[in-house]
Amino acid sequence: MGVRIEKIDLPGFGVRHDVVTQAGQHIGVLSYRDGHREVALYDPEDPDAILGSVPLTGDEAAALSDLLGHAALLSQLSGLGNGTIGLYTEQLVLPADSRFLDRPLGDTQARTQTGTSIVAILRGKDVIPSPTPSEVLRMDDLIVAVGTREGLDKLDKLLAHSQV
Amino acid sequence: MHDETWMLIEVGALLLGLSLLGRLAIKFGQSPIPLYMTAGLVFGAGGILPLQASTDFLSSGAELGVVLLLVMLGLEYSPTELVGNLKSSARAGIWDGLLNAIPGAVFALLLGWGPVAALAMAGVTWVSSSGVIAKVLRDLGRLGNRETPIVLSVLVLEDLAMAFYLPILSAVVIGASLMQGAITVAIAVGSVSIVLYLAVRHGKKLSRIFHSEQPETLLMGVLGLTMLVAGLASEVQVSAAVGAFLVGIALSGQVAHNAEKLLAPLRDLFAAIFFVFFGLTTNPADIPEVFFPALILAVVTMSTKVLTGYLAAKRAGIGRPGRWRTGLALMPRGEFTVIIAGLAVSAGVQPLIAPLAATYMLITVISGPILARVTDTAWFKKQMKAAAKREDALAGSSTSVAP
Repeated sequence: MGVRIEKIDLPGFGVRHDVVTQAGQHIGVLSYRDGHREVALYDPEDPDAILGSVPLTGDEAAALSDLLGHAALLSQLSGLGNGTIGLYTEQLVLPADSRFLDRPLGDTQARTQTGTSIVAILRGKDVIPSPTPSEVLRMDDLIVAVGTREGLDKLDKLLAHSQV
Repeated sequence: MHDETWMLIEVGALLLGLSLLGRLAIKFGQSPIPLYMTAGLVFGAGGILPLQASTDFLSSGAELGVVLLLVMLGLEYSPTELVGNLKSSARAGIWDGLLNAIPGAVFALLLGWGPVAALAMAGVTWVSSSGVIAKVLRDLGRLGNRETPIVLSVLVLEDLAMAFYLPILSAVVIGASLMQGAITVAIAVGSVSIVLYLAVRHGKKLSRIFHSEQPETLLMGVLGLTMLVAGLASEVQVSAAVGAFLVGIALSGQVAHNAEKLLAPLRDLFAAIFFVFFGLTTNPADIPEVFFPALILAVVTMSTKVLTGYLAAKRAGIGRPGRWRTGLALMPRGEFTVIIAGLAVSAGVQPLIAPLAATYMLITVISGPILARVTDTAWFKKQMKAAAKREDALAGSSTSVAP
């Protein structure tokens, strides 16, 4: 499924990208030379004029794009469980005081202990799909797991075990 | 007291005054350019308080102002943007030239100023002010609008056209014989074309001689190269402004980006001096004589600009309100009007061009940004809706008539 994106030069300022959504709405993304961005929405009554725009710094734009990127990834992941009764996808934040902090994923023995499967780790801007048992868990990692409700609850408790 | 001492006092007082005037203008959402020029009229020959010791400094400063304005203009555009615009909007650029240059030329001929003055006046009324318009678009939050690329590409093409127009004008105003003139024009246009081609193709190599991370050496290097090329260009009748513009286009990448930041404050200072100096050299006593002609010329050529923008936007598939926004945004004239008038007057073409261009430019720069806001009013939106309704009704009745 392709997304229609149009690129328009704004000489002296930067570029504008136009995204046309499936519902026919336009979203303008202005990228200025100095790195700041603006997300603009258009007036339904006068589709050439912007209704309003949100200015973003480079960092904010990166954070927003991560958020949207993750959301897309997660919605695809949760799609997995839709047809299978009783199977859920959940994202769990690794607690800051977890005893698995800075230890390999294998140490949690999550699969054996809870029957859930950890399908991805989201770390800052990176996505680690299908992490291996040797993957070391870090502070603020977002763990995406698939399993039964019961299993996921167990996993949540397991990860929350504080350091001893 | 020494002349140098007086120079410090006069220029200091002038800059301080300009800063206060500029603050006032910005507070009311206006461009400070008209105030700078008015200050020049007040302190100039025939003004209330003529300056004595600082004219030499201001004269050099004004020359530097033109060079800085143009090199910054060149730096803002990347070669790919220029080529892209030339391909996509050439037709709009040609219409813009015809609709706006011809009234100026006809005006000069009607006043009996002769063909050389007509050529100069064509330029005076042709070119909109990129600086003023870019600021208006930013202030009104229209950069994301769909018609804005059309406004910007008209501006880019005008600036590019100036790279050919100014050398031709400089050759013509020195009053060379036809043969001699033709040779000078051919050399000028040929060298501009070659430099432009090299700048677009090999600009990266030129940028490599500078180090983008050392502000001091970069500032001196870029300013030095620009002034050097501008001077050489002026020597061969290509005009200093065009030389500076070409240097700006040739520089690219990080060097251009950093140079833009370093040169911006210098540009602001010397561009202000440039507008003051034009006011200084214009005798305010001449203004009443040319005021009504200038007003008529302004009304005519502001209307032709609106038409230019309206048609260009219509062709690009922009809706009715957007077409008006395009046209109304393009009205203010600015730096090129003054540069061209200065060039013509210093060559002794027709002394009245200076007060006329000054008055004309003031009218368009003051009224243009105000009129550009009309499209944001409730009244305008109501008119647009009514017009859309009428069109719908018309389309409806014609389809019902058809079998």
